[in-house]
Amino acid sequence: MDLILVNLIDGLVTGLLLFMLSAGLTLIFSMMGVLNFAHASFYMLGAYFGFQISLALGFWMGLLIAPVIVGLMGAAVERYGLRRVHQYGHVPELIFTFGLALLIEELVQFVWGKNQMPYDIPDILNFTAFAIAGNSIPAYKIFMIFISVAIFIGLLYVLTKTRVGMIIQAALSYPRTVEALGHNVPLIFMGVFGVGTALAGVAGVIAGPVLGTFPGMAFVLGSIVFVTIVIGGLGSLWGALVASLLIGWITTFAKSYNIAMSDVLGAVGISPPANLDDSLLRDLWTVTSPQIADILPYILMVLILIFRPSGLFGTRNS
Amino acid sequence: MSDQFTTDPGKPAQRMRAGSMTLTLAPWIIATVLLMVLPLIFTANSALTIMNQMAITIIFALAYNMLLGQGGMLSFGHAVYAGVGGFACMHIMNMSDFFASFPLIVLPLFGGLFGMGLALIVGSFSTRSAGTVFAMISLGVGELIAACSVIIVAFFGGEEGISGDRTYAQPFFGVEFLQQIEVYYLTAAWLILSALLMYLWSRTPIGRMANAVRDNPERAEFLGYSARWVRFYSFVASGFFAGISGGLFAINYEILTEENLNTASSGVILLVTFLGGVGFFFGPIIGAVVFTLVQTVLSLQTELWAFYAGILFVATVMFFPGGLAGLLMMHVPVFKLGKARLLVMPYLKTLLPAAIGILGLAALVEMIFHLRHAATGDDEMTLFWTTFDSHSFWPWIVAGLVTLVGLGIARTTTPALRDAWAEATTAAKGMS
Repeated sequence: MDLILVNLIDGLVTGLLLFMLSAGLTLIFSMMGVLNFAHASFYMLGAYFGFQISLALGFWMGLLIAPVIVGLMGAAVERYGLRRVHQYGHVPELIFTFGLALLIEELVQFVWGKNQMPYDIPDILNFTAFAIAGNSIPAYKIFMIFISVAIFIGLLYVLTKTRVGMIIQAALSYPRTVEALGHNVPLIFMGVFGVGTALAGVAGVIAGPVLGTFPGMAFVLGSIVFVTIVIGGLGSLWGALVASLLIGWITTFAKSYNIAMSDVLGAVGISPPANLDDSLLRDLWTVTSPQIADILPYILMVLILIFRPSGLFGTRNS
Repeated sequence: MSDQFTTDPGKPAQRMRAGSMTLTLAPWIIATVLLMVLPLIFTANSALTIMNQMAITIIFALAYNMLLGQGGMLSFGHAVYAGVGGFACMHIMNMSDFFASFPLIVLPLFGGLFGMGLALIVGSFSTRSAGTVFAMISLGVGELIAACSVIIVAFFGGEEGISGDRTYAQPFFGVEFLQQIEVYYLTAAWLILSALLMYLWSRTPIGRMANAVRDNPERAEFLGYSARWVRFYSFVASGFFAGISGGLFAINYEILTEENLNTASSGVILLVTFLGGVGFFFGPIIGAVVFTLVQTVLSLQTELWAFYAGILFVATVMFFPGGLAGLLMMHVPVFKLGKARLLVMPYLKTLLPAAIGILGLAALVEMIFHLRHAATGDDEMTLFWTTFDSHSFWPWIVAGLVTLVGLGIARTTTPALRDAWAEATTAAKGMS
């Protein structure tokens, strides 16, 4: 029972972190119809900037400044890159962000090298918050949960309750009308892209110390973010939240309970073949749940796409 | 390929000359002769290796362009079909009783069939949608299968991959495929065959409808074609030819690993295809040749080759969405009117200083990289056949000046080039 609680918290942390990334991506996608392949790269930039700033000014200044820099870079990318590519259509847009992802990874390697950065949890949060039956929960995890929840509530509030959110939502559906009312729609797009990438930057700054700050960190999370928003349904903020939590919990539980596939198959009543070593299916029998934990989200995605192509909460089709 | 149809997304579909079904043989004969003669010119083993790699990449890129260029489907996981075809070929190669009845040269066909089989399964649900959704499904499926390589050890061989030996095959008319040159001719034959088949495919009604579905799926549906099935057929055919390239990879390298499946390989083939130009059938061929050269030659010179390739890629997407083939084809009307002479001098005046400026910039980049990452005390660096101290003052001044002057001259001569270009093309437009 206690272990379940610990896993629930761990999965929540993973899921909320994933949500922070997918929230920015969803925001950008639902606004501009652009799937930003470089989103995880901005997350990586956030982590690296956070590390660099924390060396000079400490973690908290990093948490404040790094997302701003990342957001400004994102805005610049929209203004000088995406807007130009937009005229060629959606596929070149997607290819552009893909190229950008490659370029940012090379750029990070160029500046910081290939090794992992010694980016550590700040001392003030480096203690055990509480313990559940001998399993300690670090304070940093609690901090991550609070930041993520605060961002979700803030985003939801801004988008649904404020005038800014109203204009943004209107610009999505009726760009011409909004423009005629005197709002600068391209500027709104630029701002949204900037905010979306800044969110990725925040995720990077707070995930950098726990998940490691290295050039491959964008690659590790890059495709899982896409899987998340596909599962949740493209463009749905609630869908992104639900899918993130689902993925967080599924992977955490699969990792902490060592379930062998042969037990599962045995329980269903299928017995292993007599000469296991010769069988082509032998891996199916020996595989355990921690081994497949990382690919469970992909399996989930394929299943969802087959049975509910628009995702859990999706309303729009391609 | 004079009666090349255009698949430039920017152009309206009406401009395509859908009626011309005649196939010009000339380019195919030239290409065949060229492929026969090349190893006689470049005899070194390393050159053969590069050419083999090129040929495999060309087939793969052409197969990829079947999706991207002709069908408008952006796949981020296409390496999987080549990879699975390759893995299957490797297993077949290791089966002792297979070669008793078949020679080695038919092996890529089985790679193709396996690639096609996988494409049949994945395509059944992924081709329902196009555009963004398709792109993401392809990414997810690609990741899934790539991740399986660590789990399904029996087929993918885990971390170390699986290897085989092509020489177990029965000699085929006395050829045992021991030497690189024999593999080269095998690959070249498959290249010609697959390229021809893919070209013919693009001229079948399905190939034509793929263009229509790409440009306007609703209209294609109105005409009575199911957009989904057209996409599905293209996808399956593309999987087949990707599988063939995977089979050739297995024969050439005799080892396949997770690297043949992962997202990075899928990204590379996207890069190659787009760089060459998705708008034209021969675009990916140019892309594959250029990219393989960049990869093999540049990576020997600098650690930063992927960085330059990334910049080149992003610049291509931003400024030349037609790719290298698009750039080339822009000049065809100019040549047809004999106005090319007008452009020679302006080109020289702009491109030469620009190239020098870019080399200067690259030198600066290399020097910064060396300054940051070289071991302490290791101040010597060699660049453009000169060795100097990266911590001293003068190299920076020289590189900086070369960059500024080169790009400066290019900037001042650009308007003249633009005028010359306008003159050459307005006349061309007036004539046609």
